[in-house]
Amino acid sequence: MAGFLQQVIVGLGTGAIYASLALALVLIYRFTGIVNFAQGELAMFSAYIAWQFTAAGVPFWLSLVLALAVSFAGGMLVERVIIRPVEGAPELTVVIVTVGLFIFVNAAAGWIWTFLIKDFPNPFPGGALHVGGLSVAFSTLGVLAVVGVVMGLLYLLFQHTKIGLGMRAVSANPDSARLVGIRVGWTLALGWGLAATVGAVSGVLVAPLLFLEPNMMGGVLIYAFAAATLGGFDSPLGAVVGGLVVGVAETLAGAYVTAIGPDLKVGVPLAIILGVLLLRPQGLFGRAVVERA
Amino acid sequence: MSESTQVSDRTTAREQAPARPAATRWRWAAAAALLAAAVYAPFQLVPFHVFQLTMVLIYAVALLGLNLLVGHAGQISLGHGAFFAVGAYTAAILLDRWDAPYPLTLPAAALVAFVLGLAFGVPAMRLRGLYLALVTLAIAIFLVPLLKRFEEVTGGSMGLSLAKPAPPAWSGLAEDQWLYFLALAVTVAAFLLAASLLRSRVGRALHAVRDDEAAAEVMGVRPAYYKTLAFAWSAMFAGIAGCLYTWVIGFVSPDSFVVNLSITLLAGLVVGGLGSLSGPVLGALFVMFVPSISQDINEAAPGVIFGLLIIAVMYVAPTGLAGLAGRAANSIKKTLRKG
Repeated sequence: MAGFLQQVIVGLGTGAIYASLALALVLIYRFTGIVNFAQGELAMFSAYIAWQFTAAGVPFWLSLVLALAVSFAGGMLVERVIIRPVEGAPELTVVIVTVGLFIFVNAAAGWIWTFLIKDFPNPFPGGALHVGGLSVAFSTLGVLAVVGVVMGLLYLLFQHTKIGLGMRAVSANPDSARLVGIRVGWTLALGWGLAATVGAVSGVLVAPLLFLEPNMMGGVLIYAFAAATLGGFDSPLGAVVGGLVVGVAETLAGAYVTAIGPDLKVGVPLAIILGVLLLRPQGLFGRAVVERA
Repeated sequence: MSESTQVSDRTTAREQAPARPAATRWRWAAAAALLAAAVYAPFQLVPFHVFQLTMVLIYAVALLGLNLLVGHAGQISLGHGAFFAVGAYTAAILLDRWDAPYPLTLPAAALVAFVLGLAFGVPAMRLRGLYLALVTLAIAIFLVPLLKRFEEVTGGSMGLSLAKPAPPAWSGLAEDQWLYFLALAVTVAAFLLAASLLRSRVGRALHAVRDDEAAAEVMGVRPAYYKTLAFAWSAMFAGIAGCLYTWVIGFVSPDSFVVNLSITLLAGLVVGGLGSLSGPVLGALFVMFVPSISQDINEAAPGVIFGLLIIAVMYVAPTGLAGLAGRAANSIKKTLRKG
């Protein structure tokens, strides 16, 4: 039993990382109806920026803040320059553009920082907290705490500030929002900036666990997609719950189902995506889309 | 779908209607000239260049299939490399375990890829195109560890080495030339199949679904049925291309079919031109030669070029190189007529 709980805790730790990337995906989907296939790569790029700062001797937490700020500006820039021309275009066009962005950012990181693996400093101490026969690694606690703080800040932003109110208005109805004087274009850019920041958190958290290299986020992206699909693509709460569930499911499947084992764990998100699409396409917390033909 | 695309489709169709016989004649002439050049080429080139052209043909078959799905049915696949790999491995395993004759591996690879495409298409196609992109991406990522896992069949990370089909004595061809002609024959057959498919009732149904699903449904076209079928066919073409790959390379390993292959295929198709028959050929040339040329600048240069080009193509020329070539040909024709 203790071993089982141990696995659940490990799963929650990885799940929190998936949740933060899934949250970035959901933010953009809520605002623009776009699924950003480049989200993982943007997060990877942010992790590289953080690494660059630490390599230059900046303390880790300051590097993190600087990287998040750069990511925010970068996300806004991406929206303004790359996404804006195709806003409202058919889904196929938008997806292909984000795939183009995916390839470009991936290669650009390889060009700037080479494809060699970089050692990313782990911000959390190495030991573990022992509670009643269970040991919880400090890094797991740290990840959960950071993701929790990010979620809390987002909640405050959306529910208790004027900017958040405007953002919610834009996601609910852009035309009406424009009529009441909200600058929709800038709000969308702000949404992309926020998403890039949240994604950057996942990139920086995952970099010490995996290795920092341009293809680092490829696998994580699939888990984040599974999390967003499970939670519902338009639900931030769903993204968080979905991320945690996917993380735990993946860890348990890897540990207990011998047919899956550690090397086939990446089949878990595929199974989750297919299962959710078959049984409850809108996800656990999503709203079913009713289309008027 | 935006209304403007439909309107422009309709007007271009009307404009083209009277000019069709002449245009068709030109097109046949161009295709014949291309084929003649393709037959002549291997006798003039060094073996390595013949091999590169063979790879272009293989990519062209895969892109032809992807084009059916993306260009003609308007659905997105980010995992076509997986079906390519399925075809390659089906052929390789048949050759490795059962010493199957080469001609048998081709329909087998096509069939296996088709059935798999159907199986994954059914759940994904009931929903919006976006989810198909997700599912196919997940398949492409999952396939590599799966291939490594079933080591006793697939050879694991080491892969499988196979003999390439030997040229028959009567032909007097070298191995590279024989492989090239095998690939050429399959490519021509695949193009004829795709062309006739698109001209048939099925092709019209696919275009109807792509341009306006609701309207298509009103006309009695079942979108889910045709989308699933388009997915299965495009998987089949990818499987055929994979089988050719096994013949030509004589070696398969999981690391040849990483997710980048799928993304590169989509990139090549977009740059080559969605929804046209010449798009896959141009895209295949692109997929083959841009990386090998730009690799000298930097390891990452092909990716940077691909990424920027895809975005640029979607902004300024959604029909890709094929569309640009078509537009250029039209304006030349116009100026000739005026002059």
